[in-house]
Amino acid sequence: MSAVIASSVTRKAAPLPLLRRPNVQRFAYPLMIAGVLLAAWQGLVVFFDLPPYLVPSPLLMLRALVDDRAVLGSSLLVTLKITLLAFALAVIVGTLISFLFVQSERIEMALFPYAVLLQVTPIVAVAPLIIIWVKEPTVAMTLCAALVALFPVISNTTLGLRSVDPDLLAYFRLNCATRWQQLVRLRVPSALPCFFGGLRISSGLALIGAVVAEFVAGTGGMGAGLAYQILQAGFQLDIPRMFAALLLISLTGVALFAAMAWVSRRALAPWHASEQSQR
Amino acid sequence: MKSDPDPSMLRQADARTAPAVELLSAEMTYPDGTQALRPVDLAIAEGEFVTLLGPSGCGKSTLLKLVAGLLEPTDGRLLAWRKPVRQIAEGGRRLAFVFQSPTLMPWASVQANVRLPLDLAGTPRQEGDARAREALAAVGLAKFADVLPRTLSGGMQMRVSIARGLVTQPDLLLMDEPFGALDEITRHKLDADLLGLWRTKKLTVIFVTHSIHEAVFLSRRVIMMAARPGRVVEEFHIDEPFPRDADFLVSPRFSRYARQLQDSLMRASVSDEEVSI
Repeated sequence: MSAVIASSVTRKAAPLPLLRRPNVQRFAYPLMIAGVLLAAWQGLVVFFDLPPYLVPSPLLMLRALVDDRAVLGSSLLVTLKITLLAFALAVIVGTLISFLFVQSERIEMALFPYAVLLQVTPIVAVAPLIIIWVKEPTVAMTLCAALVALFPVISNTTLGLRSVDPDLLAYFRLNCATRWQQLVRLRVPSALPCFFGGLRISSGLALIGAVVAEFVAGTGGMGAGLAYQILQAGFQLDIPRMFAALLLISLTGVALFAAMAWVSRRALAPWHASEQSQR
Repeated sequence: MKSDPDPSMLRQADARTAPAVELLSAEMTYPDGTQALRPVDLAIAEGEFVTLLGPSGCGKSTLLKLVAGLLEPTDGRLLAWRKPVRQIAEGGRRLAFVFQSPTLMPWASVQANVRLPLDLAGTPRQEGDARAREALAAVGLAKFADVLPRTLSGGMQMRVSIARGLVTQPDLLLMDEPFGALDEITRHKLDADLLGLWRTKKLTVIFVTHSIHEAVFLSRRVIMMAARPGRVVEEFHIDEPFPRDADFLVSPRFSRYARQLQDSLMRASVSDEEVSI
């Protein structure tokens, strides 16, 4: 699409060379940086002859990833499951709370401080309590992660539901729109850009929350997520495997972010300025 | 041609034609004490095209919002078809408001935007669609029903906004400087279109503007307002037959009307300065 526009502007019939297409560049440039960094890492490890239990080389890490793919893969699924469950819970509960907030200033005034309290209380401190109170480990860890992911959904969605064109709101009132009509036809669509912004932050936080919850739940035999693998690998001084698990967590986070960006683009691109080309 | 806003004369006018809108000493003072609008007595007959003209801050938008029921007068009364504005729907009367900016929903198609007031009133979808298409055709945008507003020019967006105003077949159309942000050529075109619609639909229109030329071209009656505090100062009648066309715009009569309004506007501004000294 963008290649077509570019060529029509420069009046060139031939398609752009591969490396000059914006879509290719978006991936090629970060990958080049990754290549340089990995090469430097590998070079430094070889040059200073660093032992693998201090800093494993990227190649060692890759080998660990391939060798332990069965264990790491199933752990990835466990972490992913908790992350997605927590994310979904946070989105549903957070959105409902936001709806409540915009119905009345008083409700928001009364409850908002507690939403902030939820946000500023370190999850590491609360997680042990939740894990003691809730028997089922999956539920406990999901709750922990959802708590971390909740606040951005609440604050962004509330902001979005309030960012309504005042004239448009006046128009709705003029036409005797009910509260429900205002919410569904005006506030919800107006809130989408902010809402998706919240989702991007929240998806990453859900992953962090899931990992923290696994750490706190520890090696007590329940679950076996990536955080558990990191702990285990630490105990066994299997540092390459630790790095491999860490890499998987990071990649999961990037994938979640990319998925949210894609959903946001699909939903907003036709009408919202944030998803249109800035050039 | 010039007449002072004498309440007794207005009452005589009432006896002749049924007023669509009546302001009885309606005034507006904001909670911080600013007087946005001194008491206004005004009667607007059914089918009239009235323009509120004045510098910014003269309360013309406030007056319009009072008529729309978007603001409540702090004192005095406001009646539409002899009822409080909020109850006119009970008498089967409808009111439409066109804002200064198009005020469209950016996420919805042109068609859905025009259909909005019908959707809000619970009109069946099929009937709503048919009427929205009709309204779009009336403003010459039938071909653009399925596009999003942002793909249209400013003038076209304004026409969508007018179509949305017309789709409910209102009895009273309130317009708050609707063409203020448009270039002169587009504005002339839309002014002419609006006059055509007013004549065919037998609307009552209250039109707010700060353009003397627009006021002379469009209206039968011009209410001149002044600022600080906002008030009605003079009233003019533009006794020109309709349809008015481009010839009228360049005629000596047009210039004479414009000159009168210009002088009145100057007087209003001068007295304004005296007040501030």
